[in-house]
Amino acid sequence: MKIVVCIKQVPDTNEVRLDPITGTLIRDGVPSIINPDDKSGLEAALVLKDKHGAHVTVLTMGPPQADLALREALAMGADEAILLTDRAFAGADTWATSLTLAKALEKMEYDLIVTGRQAIDGDTAQVGPEIAEHLKIPHISYAKDIQKEDDGLIIKRMFEEGYHLIRVKMPCLITALSEMNSPRYMNVAGVFDAYREKEVKILSIADLNIDKDEIGLKGSPTKVKKSFTKGAKTAGKLYKDLDEKEAAKMIVEKLQEKFII
Amino acid sequence: MKKEDYSGVFVFIEQKDQKIQNVSVELLGKAQELAKDLGQEVTAVLVGHDVEHVERLGHYGADNILYANQKDLDVYMTEPYTKVLTEVINNKKPEIFLFGATAIGRDLAPRLAGRVFTGLTADCTSLEISAETKDFLMTRPAFGGNIMATIICPDHRPQMATVRPGVMKKSEIDTTKDIKIESIDVQINQEDMTYEILEVVNEKTEKMDIQEAHVLISGGRGVGNPENFGKLDDLAHELGGIVSSSRAAVDVGWMPKEVQVGQTGKTVRPNLYIACGISGAIQHLAGMEESDFIVAINKDETAPIFETADLGVVGDLNKIIPALIEELKVAKEVKNQ
Repeated sequence: MKIVVCIKQVPDTNEVRLDPITGTLIRDGVPSIINPDDKSGLEAALVLKDKHGAHVTVLTMGPPQADLALREALAMGADEAILLTDRAFAGADTWATSLTLAKALEKMEYDLIVTGRQAIDGDTAQVGPEIAEHLKIPHISYAKDIQKEDDGLIIKRMFEEGYHLIRVKMPCLITALSEMNSPRYMNVAGVFDAYREKEVKILSIADLNIDKDEIGLKGSPTKVKKSFTKGAKTAGKLYKDLDEKEAAKMIVEKLQEKFII
Repeated sequence: MKKEDYSGVFVFIEQKDQKIQNVSVELLGKAQELAKDLGQEVTAVLVGHDVEHVERLGHYGADNILYANQKDLDVYMTEPYTKVLTEVINNKKPEIFLFGATAIGRDLAPRLAGRVFTGLTADCTSLEISAETKDFLMTRPAFGGNIMATIICPDHRPQMATVRPGVMKKSEIDTTKDIKIESIDVQINQEDMTYEILEVVNEKTEKMDIQEAHVLISGGRGVGNPENFGKLDDLAHELGGIVSSSRAAVDVGWMPKEVQVGQTGKTVRPNLYIACGISGAIQHLAGMEESDFIVAINKDETAPIFETADLGVVGDLNKIIPALIEELKVAKEVKNQ
């Protein structure tokens, strides 16, 4: 089985800076991690590899320093890593991002594509389903469990209250929830391999069958009109001398005023 | 694509077990405002089978109802629903299409946006029409709520957005309104069933995630013992929410790690966050300060949580919570009369 896991390198902290001209995020200088949902997706792929045998490729689109996230994935046990990096990719919304990744995936062999449900910086949950649409393969989102069965997969697909147990044939795309598992740590031999034995293959726009107007900021249907930070919060009203009955009444009234209940 | 050909504010109506979901009714409220600003109509798009009280969509603000009523659309599946909505977009050419930011809406909307080649803005908390340009302004939080971004979709139609449940307000019900229901007939074939649902399990206990909850009752060390968390559960039940906790309550083993709020736990932004016996360490505040409305109950009036709370009560949570549950029950009875 050939599995491709799409991962995203995301900032680790709450420090956010914005490009005043494009309104997009400046990622340089902020410590980065593999997005948690993506890392659980990778772990799920590695579990399938451990149980059934598989070739696991990690794919990311990002700046050259996203190499670090791919090396970590290799050290965890991925077999191959591909970095899509090009100035032409920059400023992409979810549509252009998913198209770029799909164009790279078109050139690869896969039975299963795994992405995280959503990234902690954007929280959109759109790139996975949009990749699947570009590739014309089914997708199952919000997966909490993946089991292999003959030539298909059994997926536990979560909803707000309950789940669907789903059987799907491959090729397909699954978006993973971080609650699915606890990703393994890199081990020393893995780290050694990741830097000495394995390579990160770099692809640019020239390697993809794509026009530069279709991708990046230019190819994005949505544009950021403006970004702003919310003003600092100030303390609300504090009640010190109410008995429990009075306090309860007062809370209910406030919740009604705010249309919360 | 000619932008001028597109008109109308469409709302995807989510149904589960034949029941129209609240979030869709909320969206109809917002859609009316947007349609008014544009001088256009609101259309509700319902996909399902024998859904109850379809007329309510009109009562809550839809001028038109499009209804795909078919047995094979009974339970949500990505491809059949995408197929129906693609036909709706191609035939009716809506200017705006709204979805709930739910486990269904966040699955369906991106698949659809990918197919019809348009932009989609996720998890919006505010929607408006620009008075000057008539652009649809979609505002959403990013970076765990640290920044807000206003997104536009200038050249593609429809302009699509998913909206967080509980953010928009239902409009007043108007039962005198004329209801027009137009049925949509879309052939669903075997090849549209791109996966097979083996089992549908409904359970309130297996909660997806504290990040998805609209109401969180959060407990800290001040709750005192694991048994007292039961009271928080009761309150959560009364408010339709779930229980989360601070790191302190996780570290002592009262609560599992997956419900921990804070920098080392999860960032949440529910509509209502009730902090019970939580002092409000910085790392906790980082995970919940973007909640829409924060109530804090704590014995210690110097607790930093009160700096962040919209409403603070100094007192014993083990007395206040049971009283609050009683008061909520009374309020509910009054409302239902």
